[in-house]
Amino acid sequence: MTDASVLDVEGLRVTYATRAGEVLVLPGLDFQLRAGEALGLVGESGCGKSTVALSIMRYLGRNGRIAGGRILFEGRDLVALDDAALRAIRGRRIAMVYQDPMASLNPVMTVGRQLMEVPMIHEGADAAAARARALAMLGEVKLADAEAVMERYPHQLSGGQQQRIVIAMALIAGPALLIMDEPTTGLDVTVEAAVLDLVRELRQRHRSAILFISHNLGSVVRVCDRVGVMYRGELVEDGSVRQIFGNPRHPYTRGLLDCLPTLGRDKRDSPLVPIAGQVEPAHVRRAGCGFAGRCAHVEAGRCTVRPIPASVVDGEPGHRVACLRAEELEHWTRRRGAAAAAHDAAPAAEPVITVHHLTKVYEPRRRRRRFGAPRPSVRALADVDLAASRRHTLAIVGESGCGKSTLAKVLSGIEVATQGGVTLDGVEVGALPIDARTAVLKRKLQMVFQSPDSTLNPSHTVGYAIGRALRLLQGRAPDDLAGAIAKLLEVVRLPPGIAARKPRHLSGGEKQRVAIARALAGDPDVIVADEPVSALDVSVQAAVVNLLTEIQAARGATLIFISHDLAVVRYLADHVAVMYLGTVAEAGPVERIFAPPYHPYTEALLSAVPVPDPEHDVARILLDGPVPSANEMPRGCPFATRCPRRVGAICDDTPPPVQRPAAGHRIACHIPTDELQRLQAPLVEPAPAGR
Amino acid sequence: MSTPVTTVEALPVSAPVATRVRGRALWQRRLRALGASRPAAIGLSIILAWVVLAVLAPLIAPYRPNANDLAALAHTTPSKAHWLGTDHLGRDLLSRILWGARPVLVIAPLAVLGAAALGSLLGLAAGYYGRWIGIVITRACDIVLSFPVIILYMIILAHFGSSAWNIIGVLTLTKAPIIARIVRGMTLDLREREYVTAAKMRGESSLYIMLVEILPNARGPLVVDMCLRTGYNVIIIGALGFLGIGLPPPDPDWGGMVKDTYGMMMVWPHMALVPCAAISSLVVGFNLLAVGLRELGLRD
Repeated sequence: MTDASVLDVEGLRVTYATRAGEVLVLPGLDFQLRAGEALGLVGESGCGKSTVALSIMRYLGRNGRIAGGRILFEGRDLVALDDAALRAIRGRRIAMVYQDPMASLNPVMTVGRQLMEVPMIHEGADAAAARARALAMLGEVKLADAEAVMERYPHQLSGGQQQRIVIAMALIAGPALLIMDEPTTGLDVTVEAAVLDLVRELRQRHRSAILFISHNLGSVVRVCDRVGVMYRGELVEDGSVRQIFGNPRHPYTRGLLDCLPTLGRDKRDSPLVPIAGQVEPAHVRRAGCGFAGRCAHVEAGRCTVRPIPASVVDGEPGHRVACLRAEELEHWTRRRGAAAAAHDAAPAAEPVITVHHLTKVYEPRRRRRRFGAPRPSVRALADVDLAASRRHTLAIVGESGCGKSTLAKVLSGIEVATQGGVTLDGVEVGALPIDARTAVLKRKLQMVFQSPDSTLNPSHTVGYAIGRALRLLQGRAPDDLAGAIAKLLEVVRLPPGIAARKPRHLSGGEKQRVAIARALAGDPDVIVADEPVSALDVSVQAAVVNLLTEIQAARGATLIFISHDLAVVRYLADHVAVMYLGTVAEAGPVERIFAPPYHPYTEALLSAVPVPDPEHDVARILLDGPVPSANEMPRGCPFATRCPRRVGAICDDTPPPVQRPAAGHRIACHIPTDELQRLQAPLVEPAPAGR
Repeated sequence: MSTPVTTVEALPVSAPVATRVRGRALWQRRLRALGASRPAAIGLSIILAWVVLAVLAPLIAPYRPNANDLAALAHTTPSKAHWLGTDHLGRDLLSRILWGARPVLVIAPLAVLGAAALGSLLGLAAGYYGRWIGIVITRACDIVLSFPVIILYMIILAHFGSSAWNIIGVLTLTKAPIIARIVRGMTLDLREREYVTAAKMRGESSLYIMLVEILPNARGPLVVDMCLRTGYNVIIIGALGFLGIGLPPPDPDWGGMVKDTYGMMMVWPHMALVPCAAISSLVVGFNLLAVGLRELGLRD
């Protein structure tokens, strides 16, 4: 077996020098990668996935050190090579694709030159030959009009196009090993689907081995044959995609799968089960299993004594697991927790907040440039109508640029409506900027933000942040805060002692909980949450999502949940609005949105979601072309330029009618809904019966 | 609690902050952190040494700073009686250097504090409000900055007379625009943070947001810059003394000492070199401390 392997990592030990001393991040990693094989590495952040990639590239940086082990690449030990020998290998035999394509491309060179450089430098090809190779490669990564693309600068390309260029650059030298570190993480779901399909296709053609690092189990399933699950620098389980996702043996792998929202899961029948605790910092190393501290099956005196060897699972060659109790655990089935009390909200409940004919236009700062054409204004929202009832969760989904964040800003008064309005509990607030809203209105609507790193002021303690909100929103006296702060922290399941800490001592999930506590200080009727879990690891995400659901049920608040993640939306929403280019393409109760008839855009979105299940195989609907820029909105249907079900000129010329196939469900499309129903196959396994 | 499985019950991990003691412990920790950076440690030692010498000047200076030792005029070079020698009027250089450290170490930091206070307010307002307020403030700062400062000093000090307070005032006015520019830049970035939006959403006043939410997060680069600028102020105070518009004579002033004696450089170089060395060492001290602070800021 070893003779065919491209990469053979043996007992790799990596340490980082920190202020606290040398920290062992990879205590001894073993794995192999054969020619043409794709191995996915998954795990929470801080599990050493990227360190593996950087070690292979020998890019560990000044504080990182390979303390032991070998990295055999095509028979040569990369650990022992000097800089000159490494240069000859990097880029030529081993190529790497990073998460942020903009950071990998040189902004002052055309992408054509950057592509041509690779063969010119590595193989001494002349310019004409290099150009021909670059053009051919651009064709392979499916960039239309390769000649024109060659002349562009990186900033003139979209994120998806940039990532294709980076992939082309990596493959142009025909490397034996391609390392991809979160290559699709920053991309929209439809673009991600296209890039993943491209990688899968190129794999078959190029015979490069791929090391694919991702936190997204769904994208690993789509690209890889084998999966390695990493926890705290150790490979706790590895095997084929089918083995890992069909019969996960390690409790950590099971935990990752149990906490993952999928398109078929719903808060009412299958609550997410987060992994208890959090990843321990790397400088804490205990004897025995690294996962013992969070494992539900840990057995004292057995799991925590000596290092756990990896053993092959019975009857499944190639499936290794590092768990002493792997054979004792029963066969895994997707966990379906006890049904949570379904809060049956009557569909006709009166809306707390309604958005009517809301239009938001951003005018350019100066209408006219000194030279050239006048700057266009940008229409971020166009005639949006929505309503959210008391105790309901209204989810707003769409890709970047669809106007969902602008909507959140108008709701919260950070921006004001250009036309139309927002009614909050009977009061018109669409034209009221936040400064003009009364204290009562401010109390009624609060926000939870996206970024855990920016949501809390790094200079203030947690207690101060929450206390300040209590003072302003509840009018509490400064000496009457401690008890209320502790109570709010308890609501978000944090110990009261955390009040004295500053945000830098908290994990991302903890920060997001504090932000939720802060939003709850005024006991709001409406909570607007703008991508509150997008930046969190899946296990943490599950806990925060559960927390939001629980708090909402307990307090009877309305949650407006803005997200690009359809699986999370499927899980926690009661109503969903799908937005495209500032308009609502489809809106309705969650079961209706995730079953035919779909709006063609919803259909494309759903088909693009990477599903962590190797058996799940739906035909993906790939969208062509870029999203039109918001200042040149199509006259007819906004989606007409990319719609795979476009019927003809009517789509370009006439705004689509709003059809209502069922109560509360509306689709803005020219195709009659019964026709859509007939054309479309369900893309989501229906939620289990017994509702 | 219907579904108790949901969450992290305790926080076993991020625990090392248990020793959050205010006051002295925090102070000591900061100081130790400073000691970990070599430039900071050296810079701080130089500055502290000067501060100690200046404070103790009345006790340790061997002579009164303005006393003429006419007998020493024959041998102005360093000797047992005058370790650093005397100047052309027979005044003990060591004593004058020690006494001369006092005004510098008061004026330079005070002027920086004044500039930081004024500049921060201007910068915060310019960055936070933007629009016409921002334009007016930035343009006003640009105008001040476009003057050749030495000429500005000469005009103002010639008009109002030269005194410690006037020097502080002039330095404050001319340095504030630089600080304002730095703070404005950081405010433009910080005001977009989500915690600022959160503050607006709970109804905080603009003044509170600027001073409590934004300014504390700008302090890192601000402190580094203040430290550098204190060093520059030492140079400027020296230059003003040299031009004869510094502190009024006869009290010792490092720049003034150079002015009085540089004509005799060919014969008695030590008379001018000693105060020059004093100025340089203090400036180097502040610069090293700034370098160290920046390092520490980058490390966190």
